[in-house]
Amino acid sequence: MAIELLIKNGVVYDPINGVNGEKKDICIRDGKVVAEVKNPTVLDAKGRVVMPGGVDVHAHIAGGKVNSGRLFRPEDGRRGSEPKTTACRACSGYSVPNTFATGYRYAKMGYTFVMEPAMPPLAARHTHEELIDTPILDNATIPLIDNNWMTMDYVKSGDIDLLAAYIAWIIKATKGYGVKVVNPGGTEAWAWAKNCDLNDAVPHFDVTPAEIVKALAEANEKFEMPHSIHVHGNMLGHPGNYEMTLDTYDLVKGVKATKDRPVMHATHTQFFAYGGTTWGDFESKAKAIADYVNNNEHVSIDLGSVILGDTTTMTADGPMEYSLHQITGRKWTNHDVELETGSGITPFLYSGKVSVHTLQWAIGMELALLIKDPWKVALTTDHPNAGPFVGYPILISMLMSKKRRDESAADMHSAIYKKAELPSIDRELDLYEIAIITRAGTAKILGLDAHGKGHLGLGADADVAIYDITPEERDAGKIQKAFLNTKYTIKGGQVVVMDGEVVAAPAGRTFFVTPECDPKLTEEMMPNLKDKFEHYYSVTFANYPVQDAYVPNPYEIKAPMRG
Amino acid sequence: MEVTDVVCPLCGCVCDDVVVEVEDNKVTKVKGACAVGKSKLMGHGRITSPAIRENGILKDCSYDAAIKRTAEILAAARRPLMYGWSSTVCEASKVGIELAEEIGAVIDNTASVCHGPSVLAIQDVGLPSCTLGEVKNRADLVIYWGANPAAAHGNHMKRYSYISKGYFLPEGKKEKKLAVVDVRETKSAKLADVFIRIEPGKDYLVLSALRALLLGYEDVVPEEVGGVPKKDLLELVKMMEETKFGIIFFGMGVTHSRGRHNNIVNAIQVTRAAHKHTKFNIMPMRGHYNVNGFNQVCTWETGFPYSVDLSEGYAWYNPGETSSTDLLMRGECDAALFIATDPGAHFPGESIRHLSKIPVIQIDPYANPTTEFADVVIPAAISGIEAEGTVYRMDNIPLRLRKIVDTEYMTDEAIMKGILKETRLLTLSRRL
Repeated sequence: MAIELLIKNGVVYDPINGVNGEKKDICIRDGKVVAEVKNPTVLDAKGRVVMPGGVDVHAHIAGGKVNSGRLFRPEDGRRGSEPKTTACRACSGYSVPNTFATGYRYAKMGYTFVMEPAMPPLAARHTHEELIDTPILDNATIPLIDNNWMTMDYVKSGDIDLLAAYIAWIIKATKGYGVKVVNPGGTEAWAWAKNCDLNDAVPHFDVTPAEIVKALAEANEKFEMPHSIHVHGNMLGHPGNYEMTLDTYDLVKGVKATKDRPVMHATHTQFFAYGGTTWGDFESKAKAIADYVNNNEHVSIDLGSVILGDTTTMTADGPMEYSLHQITGRKWTNHDVELETGSGITPFLYSGKVSVHTLQWAIGMELALLIKDPWKVALTTDHPNAGPFVGYPILISMLMSKKRRDESAADMHSAIYKKAELPSIDRELDLYEIAIITRAGTAKILGLDAHGKGHLGLGADADVAIYDITPEERDAGKIQKAFLNTKYTIKGGQVVVMDGEVVAAPAGRTFFVTPECDPKLTEEMMPNLKDKFEHYYSVTFANYPVQDAYVPNPYEIKAPMRG
Repeated sequence: MEVTDVVCPLCGCVCDDVVVEVEDNKVTKVKGACAVGKSKLMGHGRITSPAIRENGILKDCSYDAAIKRTAEILAAARRPLMYGWSSTVCEASKVGIELAEEIGAVIDNTASVCHGPSVLAIQDVGLPSCTLGEVKNRADLVIYWGANPAAAHGNHMKRYSYISKGYFLPEGKKEKKLAVVDVRETKSAKLADVFIRIEPGKDYLVLSALRALLLGYEDVVPEEVGGVPKKDLLELVKMMEETKFGIIFFGMGVTHSRGRHNNIVNAIQVTRAAHKHTKFNIMPMRGHYNVNGFNQVCTWETGFPYSVDLSEGYAWYNPGETSSTDLLMRGECDAALFIATDPGAHFPGESIRHLSKIPVIQIDPYANPTTEFADVVIPAAISGIEAEGTVYRMDNIPLRLRKIVDTEYMTDEAIMKGILKETRLLTLSRRL
């Protein structure tokens, strides 16, 4: 028998379908949005705000470095202890929650899809094992392909077709979603304790980071990939890096997208929008970044906005984590991955009493407020780097309330009035814009709107968040509270959160992309790949690809090769 | 029939290039594994049947009966302990953790008597490390400290470190240096370019001296430290500073000598000090093939790597209070489940005395000293030979063990699922 649900009397924000705060019923049958229902269970939303399930474009929730973060921070584990319930497993952690807490806490915020954006291919099984153990959330994960020796071989030879054949192979072998770039060249250089600027030659490989980025964007666009390349550029977190950031965007300006989307997603842009030459004359350059994004169509960004407090930073940008550890002296883990990538982890405290942190806090929000078109911006904290995802409701309330921003700024370091734009910005985002930067736009950036995510049109996945506020609510505190714990979250037609409590925890699905490469190119690429396994990898070619057992609830997206 | 790319279920090296011959559902030949790995893959004496102890004697029974009896013991226990997990696959551990939550058990793995001190050190200062392929391709200086791979990790040097050839070191060991630090001249030490023999229990001192030298404080280092002449230390430091990529592999000689986790903290600080000069890494030589895997699973599922007390419904981690030996020495637990391990051989005598007083369940393919006092014995399929599943190499690389022969034994995962199901039925009926 069909399972039906009717959400009545909600005020719906569904930007992909142009629905802006309309009183509208939503009919659900067998996990999908339908036109009508016959015998439904009725949920009365009573004038509350209704949105599609949230879609997070970038959060480090699963895999080797997340787990190394948990392992080396039992003090963080204790901050989030919650006992098991009839529906839930035991929870732990704040900035590095266990997988169960990750699923539950996102669902409580009305999120139903999360992208894990940094999978080391060699350890892909690990990422998938954790995603299996992350309840409720549909998910996907992007393999790191930029510091890869195969990639650099083809960048050097200039053979984009063979590079395309390789990225197709590795995305399939890792059950991945696209192409991730993290400090291209710099992480390979870090294997010798060095780093790279955008135009430096990568030691021993005779290519530059700029060439890597451009070539990967071109190779990605050989297929009808749902998502553009996903880029964490060079010199993250360094004063004065904004010019290199803009140069990086410019690299792919001429690349033509195979789909109606940008050709580069620039992630956690807050960390790339810095002026000055040292931490002393450090200043916000969010406006320069925003101007570029406003004047161009080929780049989307996410914020990487700061949540004040203690967190755990982690990235495949090994040299960056080492620099951070040098600044703070706090514990530091590093894990370089042969032929592919690396990673570093160190705890970090963002304090509103420190000028640099205060400016970082301002920059993330400035980007959200200065970029005019919300479809180009995604709300993230680069969880857990700029703060944990449970801080999103704080951020939403700030973006919606100039008053709250001003009150917060008054308590922070005075540098915010001299070196940041934020105090002078009056813009307040409305619920429609919030819906864009947290689900509709993020689904489009990831190409998931065509697969039922980020909207509530007919045939969409019945992922719905019902927030316990009316559209008229202006109290920032109440807005924050509502976005932290939904009245109801519905995932695939099933009520999973009720009155802020998780009542059911079904397994999520893993979305992965199958780029359909011309077999002739794959064949031509294969000897080089096999040579890498024969001589340099520490695992065999046969044992490398992720087996189907690691994706028990698959959703495959085929990406045909462009003719 | 020849099976290639077999993943060896023996030590933390998890060699995945082993070739075996299978005839009549039996492994008849093994190529590429070390002697110990080969012996395991070839197979030896097994527990033949599930059994329950009655009047002091183990009597054969069915799997169902043994699983039901296990569930009764666990459901009735107020302070159960579930220990082992290092020689089985992660899939079994996951079910184990779920069961531990269900019954409020303490769940722990062999790390607590092995590299537990290394984990404590990592929690203090972190771990600058890398995958084994990085070592193979780049490391021109390999240091084994308190570890004897020639005996314990038979293929480690050949596949991953000193003897292997790599991208930047195509000539292999001709281009590399090997240093061994130990209290005796081990088999590994005999291969070394530099062997530094230290007095037992003096690791911390010697590490401190190296750290001082690497940081430029030669003046504070006396002429002899821990039995090592200063000039030998200076020679080692010179090698460390001049290397392009160095790695320290450390073993139980450091974790279990005087100083314990403090030794590892100091070793990691030495690595960091060396990192000021060049690229330097450090890695624990994990023993069992999946001791790391349990720590990984336990961390992502509970937030903590081992010695996790779930009696209050949430995870409480405090080694020194919540490890298996802590519980047993205090005479605190009233039932114990051991899987893929042998506390009978490895735990202190006093804790074994407590085990003799409480119901003990053993799940293992092989009889061992624990079998002598177990009240329920459940034989399991051998992971990596008769069952597939996920394991984590010593460098956190996950690999999937292959099933190469058929078996009638239940897998660890299936046994644990059976126990979970039966235990839930009992706890549910008790609640009703």
